[in-house]
Amino acid sequence: MSADTTATTTRAPGVRDGLDTDAARPDGTPKVTGAFAFSSDLYAQQMLWGRTLRSPHAAARIVSIDTSAAEAMPGIAAVLTAPDVPGKATYGLEHADQPVFASDVVRYQGEAVAVVAAEHPELALRAVRAIEVVYEVTEPLTDPEAAIDAPPIHPDGNVFRHLPLRHGDIHATGEVVVEGTYEMGMQDQAFLGPESGLAIPSEDGGVELYMSTQWLHVDRDQVAACLALPADQVRMTLAGVGGAFGAREDVSLQVHVSLLALRTHRPVKMLYSREESFYGHVHRHPAKMWFRHHADRDGTLVKVEARLVLDGGAYASSSTAVIANAVCFAGGPYRVPNAEIHGYAVRTNNPPCGAMRGFGVVQACFGHEAQMDKLAEALGMDPVELRLHNALEPGDELLTGQVITGTAPVREVIEAAIAHDLPPLPVDGESVMALPGGAGLTAERGDVRRGTGIAVSIKNLMFSEGFDDYSTAGVKLELDRAGRPLATVHCACAEVGQGFVTLAQQITRTALGVEQVLLRNADTRIGSAGSTSASRQTWMSGGAVQLACEAVQERLFERASVRSGVAVEAGRRRHFRMRDGEVVEVDGGFAMSVADLLADGPIEEIREHHHPATEPLDEDGQGNAHVSFAFAAHRATVDVDPDLGLVKVVQVATGQDIGRALNPRAVVGQIEGGIAQGVGLAVMEEILVQDGLIKNPSFTDYLIPTALDMPSVVQTVIEQPEPGAPFGAKGVGEPPTISSTPAVVAAIRAATGRELPRVPVRAQDIALA
Amino acid sequence: MSEPTPPSRSTPSAAQSSVTETYELSVNGRARSVPDAWIGESLLYVLRERLGLPGAKNACEQGECGSCSLYVDGVLLNSCCLLAADAVDADIRTVEGLGDGEHLTDVQQAFLDAGAVQCGFCIPGLIVTVHDLLDRVPDPDELQVREAISGNLCRCTGYGRILQAVEDVKLTRLTETEVPS
Repeated sequence: MSADTTATTTRAPGVRDGLDTDAARPDGTPKVTGAFAFSSDLYAQQMLWGRTLRSPHAAARIVSIDTSAAEAMPGIAAVLTAPDVPGKATYGLEHADQPVFASDVVRYQGEAVAVVAAEHPELALRAVRAIEVVYEVTEPLTDPEAAIDAPPIHPDGNVFRHLPLRHGDIHATGEVVVEGTYEMGMQDQAFLGPESGLAIPSEDGGVELYMSTQWLHVDRDQVAACLALPADQVRMTLAGVGGAFGAREDVSLQVHVSLLALRTHRPVKMLYSREESFYGHVHRHPAKMWFRHHADRDGTLVKVEARLVLDGGAYASSSTAVIANAVCFAGGPYRVPNAEIHGYAVRTNNPPCGAMRGFGVVQACFGHEAQMDKLAEALGMDPVELRLHNALEPGDELLTGQVITGTAPVREVIEAAIAHDLPPLPVDGESVMALPGGAGLTAERGDVRRGTGIAVSIKNLMFSEGFDDYSTAGVKLELDRAGRPLATVHCACAEVGQGFVTLAQQITRTALGVEQVLLRNADTRIGSAGSTSASRQTWMSGGAVQLACEAVQERLFERASVRSGVAVEAGRRRHFRMRDGEVVEVDGGFAMSVADLLADGPIEEIREHHHPATEPLDEDGQGNAHVSFAFAAHRATVDVDPDLGLVKVVQVATGQDIGRALNPRAVVGQIEGGIAQGVGLAVMEEILVQDGLIKNPSFTDYLIPTALDMPSVVQTVIEQPEPGAPFGAKGVGEPPTISSTPAVVAAIRAATGRELPRVPVRAQDIALA
Repeated sequence: MSEPTPPSRSTPSAAQSSVTETYELSVNGRARSVPDAWIGESLLYVLRERLGLPGAKNACEQGECGSCSLYVDGVLLNSCCLLAADAVDADIRTVEGLGDGEHLTDVQQAFLDAGAVQCGFCIPGLIVTVHDLLDRVPDPDELQVREAISGNLCRCTGYGRILQAVEDVKLTRLTETEVPS
């Protein structure tokens, strides 16, 4: 459990819990006592319970829907189907192609057909079961490769996006060529707090919606369109979020619960069960990927060719952006002068897929890292040496032709990962529980083989391809009743566990020198903060809070100028600065406390923060499409029982490029948690889909790592401040998940000699290969 | 932390056709009446929706995740898998009833200090489970700790800071109970 984090620069002496400290979470105490209100904990007087009727079929025509029996049941307040949607009949994150309720056809198992509101959740369940839907089942389209040319299963067609990328000389060849086909199963975000929300009808005919989500404003806009309400009559407030990891970026129950509240004129709560949650949100895209790598004899990469097919399932969600990430980063964090990549995100009758931590790069990284190991073997070269030889550096070009203008410590993260001590070998007398198979007590120590593998990744930060995903923050500075300065921060950034609430306080304390910083609820009464995704909120909303704080500072300086008679600035020279809760004259003797300056009244400023503009990709996948990049390396050590196919991941060592640790303890937690999800994808996590039907929608059958499955994690963060980033900090959430998966699989390959072209690695892949 | 005194929630009975009962539960040392409730309700549901005690969380409803962990007659249980009406006459203790009503418990404080809390959904269940472990086994080794909390799923933390918090409490308690020489 060692953590090597060494960020201790102090920017604001005298301010407790400012930047670069392990400041405590403001929501920590209620979260350990049980008092913190998650969205599933919400309650209102006269509240009804909503529940969804979902299609049991992956593909079917709806012949008829009869709700009369359900409506006649006692305690049922409303039963709604497609004709009850007053506004837009469809919604979607980027393309509104998903019906609020299916009316003519269903395109995946779990698609919503009707909702009910009842006095008790059990009654809602019975009413849903009483709705009679006659389906004419059709053959589901479940093969993503076949879907490309198959008759369309949706008016918008079956190909969400075909993205070609051509870079350099696509006819170039290398002296050594390796080729491989790889596959990734469907991973679930498996946040602990299932989808839930509370809608309360408001007097103006609108709705107040309390919801766990990743992006309030994009939800608000979709809900308003479907309800045929102006956006300002849909007021959303973030309710406590029990994890997200991408699964809350799309609308789930937001429209349904609002419709029920407006129809019944009563508060309505919806809460998915775990099983329903598996049907109610998008998953990580399964992928089928072909790669061919060309290199010279000395290991210099010459060209990467790839064909990547991602199964987006029935509706678009964010598939078009996911495939762009897979294509743009198909070469990995390496110098690749020539490339030809074709990426397809396609529509099938499988469960819809969209955002999950790592967003398209996870799939590509599993392929390119397996290829790098294959290449190393063909060259007779050490896999680490091959990676170091080709590692990207600042000034290098990506496959998109974009030149890296920021930091790119690829060599440093690799060297940091491998510098950690390897874990000790199992010793006689150690509990058999520590062996593969654990409590099953199945492995014999003498059969267990150890293996080690490495993998490296690159991830884009923020949204790409010309999208202006800005954030907005307001900061109010005033005196409290005791006459002490009090700052209040307002930002619609969704706190999903990552710790933005802590960071917003740290930024404000450091910028304004005040200790008391309150956070208003995240809601739509202020402008958008963009999504809590793409490792972007520290940069985007952190930057917005900083800009708002600087604007408040400016107003303090104006007041100081009035009091002192000294101009705020002359030429470009500033005459005031902040120091320990005071505004002081840079060259003179004037000093006045913030509290005294606030005697003139509160100061409030709102600012938007935009990242540098990016460009769309052209017809060859070329362009300056991305804002910034973060890098990570992982070295995994595993013990394997090859006869039984059982794997115990013993240790993951990592080096990660983070720019700057604004809260070192939070960084440690992000890295450990991200690695857990990468380990899960490597050896245990898969939604099993057969003929379009999910076989394991429960925590009994969809396994995520427990404390017994998790390896020890040793980490080193590389702090090279990123130019242009607020505070020099890069997002840290996604990289841990990306290259940990291929590192674990490389380690299993090393232990077993198996090819293992597919994740998750199953026992039969090892034992029966 | 004091146990919240919730407003009495007016949760309508299930249905005319459903069997309802009025019964009493003993929760955190207090007698709590559960009037006119459908007897199919789990203990988790009754605590959360009728008694205003939301500390136990509902994440799987099938005893896999441990988010609803609490004590029934001193035994650690998943409250989603027990009917409330079956818990009549039992001594129920939830996360809300762990402390002295004013201060955080040592386990709660250690979770905060170690950085073990992210989204927090699993945390109340883990707090109860760790109390149970360390009260029964004062000096567990790491594998014992991992096994004891393996019934509590956490998706945010990868368990690293949670294990750190358990270790911190263990060492503090062992130090405090050492006999001075």
